Amino acid sequence: MGNGTSIGRVRGLGSAKTGVHHWLMQRFTAIGNLLSVLFLAVSILLLPDLTYASVAEWMARPVPAVMMILLVVTTFWHARIGLQVLVEDYVHDHANKFACIAALNLAACGGIAFGAFCVIRLALGAH
Amino acid sequence: MAKDGTRNRPLSPHLQIWRWGPHMFVSILHRVTGDGMAFAGLGVLLWWLGALAGGPASYETFSKVMTTPIGYIVLVGISWAFFTHMMSGLRHFVLDVGGGFELKTNKTWSIVCPILGVLATVAFWAILLLR
Repeated sequence: MGNGTSIGRVRGLGSAKTGVHHWLMQRFTAIGNLLSVLFLAVSILLLPDLTYASVAEWMARPVPAVMMILLVVTTFWHARIGLQVLVEDYVHDHANKFACIAALNLAACGGIAFGAFCVIRLALGAH
Repeated sequence: MAKDGTRNRPLSPHLQIWRWGPHMFVSILHRVTGDGMAFAGLGVLLWWLGALAGGPASYETFSKVMTTPIGYIVLVGISWAFFTHMMSGLRHFVLDVGGGFELKTNKTWSIVCPILGVLATVAFWAILLLR
């Protein structure tokens, strides 16, 4: 093991063990998106119409309600990871990058909380 | 990025250097549709859920906006972005397991994926509007 260059210092040490987490989560959430968004798309096509009564009655049922909450979680998580890559590719200034990723995390958590709350409120009979 | 001392370093070839091919197009399209959906798609999703939770009056407002010409453009755009991103995403899954890297196969699926995305969008709206 050399100590001259940065590549020389890490060569032969093996993997860092945690490097693939981001990559794997992007794939896991992609599978979640595929299932949940296709469920939503097919459901929209199967509903008799898209009036408030039809959609609200559908979403208050247990399976659609749970699928919609899972959809919100998996899509926002996937978007969070994807936008992080976008930020890392195009925002080079360290401070700006930190600010972007901080904002991104807040927005993603906020989106998940708001979406899940709306579905639960509807499903537990707000109207 | 260009700091003193790094200014004369060789630059990595970028978009304007490579000869354009469909694999570049589908890769860029994947990012554009994905990031587009992250803003417009998830925004409309939250508005839709919020309108439903808010009750019939707020849902009425949502429906009215989304059935204007601009609303339809947004919804068709989001659905196109979803189906296109889904097709190129499925292509990524194949590439992830090491398949589809042969030049001809790679080129073929790079052309087919965006076309499948458009066809799925047309099919979705045809079923929705013609039922």
